Amino acid sequence: VQVPIITFLEVTDAERRVEASVGETAMRAAVNNGIAGIDGDCGGVCACATCHVYVDEHWFEKVGPPNEQEERMLEVTTAVTARSRLACQIEVRADLDGLVLQVADNFR
Amino acid sequence: MLHLEALSNARVAPDPNTQPLDEIDPTLQIRFQLDQQDPLFARLRREAPVQFLRSSQFGPMWNVTRYRDIVDVELNYQVFSSDVKYGGMLIKDLPENMRRTSFINRDPPLHGEQRKVVSPIVAPTNLMRMESVIRREANDILDALPVGEIFDWVDRVSIELTGRVLSELMDTPKDERRLLTYWSDIVNVDLEVGGEIDTEEKRYAKLKECAAYFGAMFNERKTKAARGDLISMLAHSPATASMEPQEFLGMIVLLMVGGNDTTRNSITGGLLALNEFPEEYAKLRSNPALVEKFVPEILRWVTPVPHMRRTVIRDTEFRGQQLKQGDKVVVWYISGNRDEEVIPDPYAFKVDRANPRTHLSFGMGIHRCLGNRLAELQLRVLWEEILKRPWVIDVVGPAKRKYASNLRGFSAMPVKIRLGS
Repeated sequence: VQVPIITFLEVTDAERRVEASVGETAMRAAVNNGIAGIDGDCGGVCACATCHVYVDEHWFEKVGPPNEQEERMLEVTTAVTARSRLACQIEVRADLDGLVLQVADNFR
Repeated sequence: MLHLEALSNARVAPDPNTQPLDEIDPTLQIRFQLDQQDPLFARLRREAPVQFLRSSQFGPMWNVTRYRDIVDVELNYQVFSSDVKYGGMLIKDLPENMRRTSFINRDPPLHGEQRKVVSPIVAPTNLMRMESVIRREANDILDALPVGEIFDWVDRVSIELTGRVLSELMDTPKDERRLLTYWSDIVNVDLEVGGEIDTEEKRYAKLKECAAYFGAMFNERKTKAARGDLISMLAHSPATASMEPQEFLGMIVLLMVGGNDTTRNSITGGLLALNEFPEEYAKLRSNPALVEKFVPEILRWVTPVPHMRRTVIRDTEFRGQQLKQGDKVVVWYISGNRDEEVIPDPYAFKVDRANPRTHLSFGMGIHRCLGNRLAELQLRVLWEEILKRPWVIDVVGPAKRKYASNLRGFSAMPVKIRLGS
């Protein structure tokens, strides 16, 4: 079975490639691998916006747009762009192998 | 006579373990002042997690006390409204002409439109700028502290640092910063405390002075080029450029209270916790990198905002209870933050907790604290700078907690710095 690899671009411009499991969320993969700036405070129920990422332009279409609840949370988040998503709402799929996500809350 | 009696009644809290469930009243300020609220919430979580309280000083209400239930209420803004027209997020129903409006007591879409105006203040780039400001101010404050002498931590450090930061965010004259923290106190003081504010009318009159102070700044900044401070942001955004007086006051109050009072009390409560758990203090001193975990643990432990109120806007069933349109619902973060189901060993303060960010102190959902990163930043920078010094800060007398259930506050805490190894 192929293990999808997700690349997170951290604030420091560090590129971190992490192994993810199909079915888990990109937030979980990030937290499990200590990606800076992805906190996932609410545990993945789309209630805190501490896993804000920008989806790489080549990947955005494949990943898809935010869902309705996510839209509401993004509305109250800073530094939102057209490629903003909450990583807890991105489910890892086999065809997302190679996905590139830039950490938005690049402060810490 | 009558008045005195009423007062003394109000200041005795019954034993929550022997009361009938529907009479247990979590709103009594005295329990918070004595820091005795935990057993009450433990019983409610266990026996009546969505409790109907028949009557209280704030009328009847539903009290939600389990962590996961609180998150569910906060996510469901379509049923549990924050809108001021139903009473907003305050447990106390203010007379209509004294209600203050702002995004904290609006539902979508108005909520998002207004919040967006001020949210650039906590954009990553601005936080990076604020980090150096906070570090400079923290060092300035710490450098002036006496070693080996008793002083009030609340006044010298907690109020001082958060006052300076708020003054920077609003770009007000630095030497007038204590006005901001003074007004912020006026907003939240309980009328029964017996100080200068003992009626809602007096509170409102004082807050009008505050509105006038900021109104002048607002009008002046409107005529100048847009800048990065909160007042200028409000003045230059179409969504907030022409607010009604109650909206303007509401916005100012929200930014003022949110921007200092909560963090102020976390700064005090964090030091108190370290003194109550000296082994944790020692751990932190020997490994300052733990600040990363210590900061969210302070927030969980202190829970500076112990609850928020919502109002049911359509009949709904929640955890087997029938909630009716118009019912008041109070979510108790302070209880969720002690929920054994979610937080292991919740009554222990630990600087190296496995998942310290699991707490409700910022709320959840669309009303989640706008300044959460800024609050964490202030706490982190302050403690980084404290830990660079060879200090042990001892709390040398009782911390004076405020008589209030709307905020967990401290009015004074005597401390003495000694030189440690």
